[in-house]
Amino acid sequence: MTTTSEPAASDVAPLLTDLPGVDAVGLEARAAALATRSIKKEAKATAIDLAISMVDLTTLEGADTPGKVRSLAAKALRPDPSDPTCPQVAAVCVYPDLVATAREVLGDAPIGVASVATAFPSGRAPMSVKVDDTTMAVEAGASEIDMVIDRGAFLAGDLRKVYDEIVAIRAACERPDGSRAHLKVILETGELATYDNVRRASWLAMAAGADFIKTSTGKVSPAATLPVTLLMLEAVRDYRDAFGRQIGVKPAGGIRTTKDAIKYLVTVNETAGLDWMTPTWFRFGASSLLNDLLMQRQKLTTGRYAGPDYVTID
Amino acid sequence: MTDHAIPPVALEYAPAPESRAIVDLRPSYGLFVDGAFVDGADGRSFKTVNPASEEVLAEVAEAGDADVDAAVAAARRAYQRVWSRMPGHERAKYLYRIARILAERSRELAVLESLDNGKPIRESRDVDVPLVSQWFFYYAGWADKLEHAGLGTSPRPLGVAAQVIPWNFPLLMLSWKIAPALAAGNTVVLKPAETTPLTALLFAEICQQADLPPGVVNIVTGAGETGRALVSHPGVDKVAFTGSTDVGRQIARSVAGTDKRLTLELGGKAANILFDDAPLDQAVEGIVSGIFFNQGHVCCAGSRLLVQENVYDDVMDRLKRRMTTLRVGDPLDKNTDVGAINSREQLDRITELARTGDAEGAERWSPPCDLPSSGFWYAPTIFTGVTQAHRIAREEIFGPVLSVLTFRTPDEAVAKANNTPYGLSAGVWTEKGSRILAMADRLRAGVVWANTFNKFDPASPFGGYKESGYGREGGRHGLAAYLAEGGEDA
Amino acid sequence: MSRLDVRKTYKLYIGGAFPRSESGHTFEVSDAKGRFLANAAKASRKDARDAVVAARKAFGGWAGRTPYNRGQVLYRVAEMIEGRHDQFTSDVAAAEGLTKPQAAKKVDAAIDRWVWYAGWADKLAQVTGNANQVAGPFFNLSSPEPTGVVAVVAPADDSLLGLVSVLAPVIVSGNTAVVVSSYERPLPAITLAEVLATSDVPGGVVNVLTGDADALAPWLAAHLDVNALDLTGITDAEGAAELEAEAAVNLKRVLRPSAPDWTATPGIGRMTTFLETKTVWHPVGV
Repeated sequence: MTTTSEPAASDVAPLLTDLPGVDAVGLEARAAALATRSIKKEAKATAIDLAISMVDLTTLEGADTPGKVRSLAAKALRPDPSDPTCPQVAAVCVYPDLVATAREVLGDAPIGVASVATAFPSGRAPMSVKVDDTTMAVEAGASEIDMVIDRGAFLAGDLRKVYDEIVAIRAACERPDGSRAHLKVILETGELATYDNVRRASWLAMAAGADFIKTSTGKVSPAATLPVTLLMLEAVRDYRDAFGRQIGVKPAGGIRTTKDAIKYLVTVNETAGLDWMTPTWFRFGASSLLNDLLMQRQKLTTGRYAGPDYVTID
Repeated sequence: MTDHAIPPVALEYAPAPESRAIVDLRPSYGLFVDGAFVDGADGRSFKTVNPASEEVLAEVAEAGDADVDAAVAAARRAYQRVWSRMPGHERAKYLYRIARILAERSRELAVLESLDNGKPIRESRDVDVPLVSQWFFYYAGWADKLEHAGLGTSPRPLGVAAQVIPWNFPLLMLSWKIAPALAAGNTVVLKPAETTPLTALLFAEICQQADLPPGVVNIVTGAGETGRALVSHPGVDKVAFTGSTDVGRQIARSVAGTDKRLTLELGGKAANILFDDAPLDQAVEGIVSGIFFNQGHVCCAGSRLLVQENVYDDVMDRLKRRMTTLRVGDPLDKNTDVGAINSREQLDRITELARTGDAEGAERWSPPCDLPSSGFWYAPTIFTGVTQAHRIAREEIFGPVLSVLTFRTPDEAVAKANNTPYGLSAGVWTEKGSRILAMADRLRAGVVWANTFNKFDPASPFGGYKESGYGREGGRHGLAAYLAEGGEDA
Repeated sequence: MSRLDVRKTYKLYIGGAFPRSESGHTFEVSDAKGRFLANAAKASRKDARDAVVAARKAFGGWAGRTPYNRGQVLYRVAEMIEGRHDQFTSDVAAAEGLTKPQAAKKVDAAIDRWVWYAGWADKLAQVTGNANQVAGPFFNLSSPEPTGVVAVVAPADDSLLGLVSVLAPVIVSGNTAVVVSSYERPLPAITLAEVLATSDVPGGVVNVLTGDADALAPWLAAHLDVNALDLTGITDAEGAAELEAEAAVNLKRVLRPSAPDWTATPGIGRMTTFLETKTVWHPVGV
């Protein structure tokens, strides 16, 4: 594969036009085949710990309070208080006004604070509001910004608007010291409706400078699915082949069980490959998944099935 | 992406073996004649081995002429006294029963199939055995509707069917043969392949469990000699054979001048044609399943890949990368993608033909993979730089070996695809509907898969043009092979 | 002292649940000799309306299943009727004034009829569809699709075999049904509903209304969200003609009343009445 510099803004539209189509039946069949992998014993233990380390522990409710976020952050620090060998999660994910609260509890721990921004989840707000939303979250200490694309603009064919917004939000992620909060771009695949759109939106977000592409807000059904995630993993794999830059993938919403999480890890492993098998390049946007992972982890340790009373709530 | 990149973690899949305990292997098996297991008349037997380990699984009776006579006689009696007189809706209910028992005992059948044949449990569990049950369920529904099959208002069964099946899909091929034959009111004598007789004998037990009247299904085990005795037996009205084109030719000669009806499903050398506007990732999956499904022991395998030249490099990169994820090894491991070659004989044939590829200047590539030390194995292999003049582009290898050719225009793709004595199947990959249909029109093959490959369904007719045989199995057309037209509109 | 038995409450079957009639009305059901059997729910026009809503809601999912799967689901119903053979035999014997052996034969026939229809699910397109050889560079394929929501007036006399013979051909192709059972002999229909409720047939695919067919049928015939009407069980010719005229409001497909020999093997007419034919054209060219 020849590696060239990343596409300029004017090259993006033809780039998207040239992408091969996606055959839905074939894509779903491949995802279903990957889901039949049987991960046992030591492989399962490895997968569970890896999955825990990839969780972006999330609360995104209108009813969120500082107390709720402190509780979530404490859970992120000590997912299983009864077992010091249990890994910590990758990040907590909250609304912008609660970033500071989360950061306060986490202190210097190597756990990111991800903030949703850009008028999450709908993205229906003026550009200035979206930029302010992002700037405030970064100033409050967010290390990661989960922005939403303008699905309306995308579906109306105004790809340039979608592209320019991502570029602008990426600029808003910069800190005075020259460092930058990482940018995850949420495609809201459930609203894009077709796999062809998901592939195009993935490439559009990558070309505009996304550090991560993320499936969903969790507020729209369907949220993350295995076929959509497989497709996005193909996209980051092909993008790195073409332009040399690695980009992460984050399925979010609807992943609740260890069994599901392992299917995703198998899909990462056999699609994008080993380089993505790290929280640096793959995350799960989830809330209840963590406790299921912990219960399965306890089962491997003790040989007995655990119950919800044996894991803590956030 | 985080400020301190965390090194990746390799996920090495631990062994995930499917338990053999569900299978109750007996040390020796007899023939199934007239509803009971019996010893062969002359006491001869042969061994069937697990091709993944060369372990002997069981001794199996080898049917001689006298045994074939007895089986045909039992089938004739059952035909005349019971099966041909039974109302269709009663025959239907027997077939529904068999379909249900096949589903109930599916795990046992899958494990036994993988043990005896060497195919991955993932395939026997998810493809072969479910299809087998579906095949009986589908044809059960025809048993009481034959007047709607387009063969006149009162079509008639033929009588006794002699059926000989191959080792690549032992139980699935059995279902393709037995289900339509019984639905139409015929009785059968079936000979499974020499290297894979065990699931046919378990099927015999399922017939007993379903209380199928004795003699309706008879299973005679053996090798080529038994098969010859069966298809040339004067007491059979119908011969159905799936296997090599050479044997098919011999059978066609042997029934010449008789009243026997014949259907043949023979070899193939399918072209899988990939245009530059194909859905690439799915096309790569289709290429992989087209040639590596069932170790390439598939008559309709996509063994010739025809790639449009302007996307050749990209497609080959993707194909090779995908092939590195194929897991070759223990067929009973749930994560195995490519299992064992069915026999030493077949392994030798694949090896020999692949060598001609080397000798004739094609370029060989295989992903790195550790093959087990015992058993019969062949790494997934592709040959590039192949032309229609290479033996590996003309002869059926029947193994995990893909020959890659290129083309420039649709016309050239059609010409190359059709440039073979075979005509069983073909694949077309393009996002353009009108091109799919135009290619389908011009390809001389009995099955054309568009943007998919190796799909089978009891409702869908399957069979070949030219030297791939004649007659169809599956769907309404599959009934015609086992019925004589009768009544009005015939 | 002999044990007092526990009597069953007979209700309607709508959307997979067993509600009483919203009207609160019931009617007395007697056996062929006039002895009291049970109080059955007397469906009102509002129950009929609710049943149509349930049938419409279930239509997309049922029609969207693979025909093979529908065949399996129907076959499973036959297995379950077989499991309740004795109960159906008692129901039919009481309803139709038959001896136990006579009733058992009818139950046998009803099970076999159900199996016969189950087998049609994945064969209808093969018998009623075509590849059409048009005079031009076009692929042209006709295949059957279900009509939608079908209202069925079940035979008044034949309480199980007749009912099965009108219901199975409607749902096998993917239609959903609102069935008005025999007014005088409703109990086998409710037992069948109990079978359907515990089978794999999704709720709403079959809805069973017990009550006065003559009172309910006009509402169903006039209902704009009903696509087809089977008048088999309407015994009075004049009333049937009125219903057929009423059904013309939204051009419902109508099956006129008939009194076939329910024991004879049916043709495919009942199924094809409730099928639409869809023809697809596509150009052929590289």
